[in-house]
Amino acid sequence: MTWVGFLWLAVAVLVVCAFMCLHRIARGPTPPDRAVAIDILGVLLIGACAISTLLSGRDFYLSIALAWGLLAFVGTLALAKHLEGKPFDE
Amino acid sequence: MNDIAIIIAGILIGVGLAFDVFGCVGLVRLPDVYTRLQASTKCVTLGTCLILLGALVGSIGTSAAWPTIAKALLCIVFVLITAPTGAHALARGAYKDGIKPSPSVVDKYAKVVPVREPDRSETIEAPDEPAGKDS
Repeated sequence: MTWVGFLWLAVAVLVVCAFMCLHRIARGPTPPDRAVAIDILGVLLIGACAISTLLSGRDFYLSIALAWGLLAFVGTLALAKHLEGKPFDE
Repeated sequence: MNDIAIIIAGILIGVGLAFDVFGCVGLVRLPDVYTRLQASTKCVTLGTCLILLGALVGSIGTSAAWPTIAKALLCIVFVLITAPTGAHALARGAYKDGIKPSPSVVDKYAKVVPVREPDRSETIEAPDEPAGKDS
């Protein structure tokens, strides 16, 4: 198997993982289930950005991964705070 | 040199993808919020760190080696710090939302934290309101 073919296979596996997370987001019986699935989807996208770096040979995808990870972290904390029942400014 | 780097990167990315798949299978198959949170967060954090490490090793010898190495190391440190913090906050939020760890027997956290009863009235009643009315 060539190196580029292996990387595209890795992208396919990550897409399958993302669809598992989307299944949990759609079917999750409670709101914390959906919040967990959104968190995991954000971390999976960082790995997808790393594989895109290897596929294209350009390094700005890792900058996107860093910014995306920061925004997903803030979103996860906001969702957790909302689940606790507190206002956001506390 | 470059062939050895590519082989090592392929092994790292393969192991990382296996961890990602196991974490997502745990997210789909496990019965409870807390078990799903534990399985998926641990496995996906390690898998993503291994994929980033594979990208770091696989970029050795290319033209953009040093920026890729620096950013990949930064991403690894960032993921290792933020993913457990977010999972901890989500578990605490889920418990305070009133969700019991249903298959478990012992719940000692209930003596420490007052649990709010799940109040989903607004999320249930929201679609029943007429669309044009502003509150």
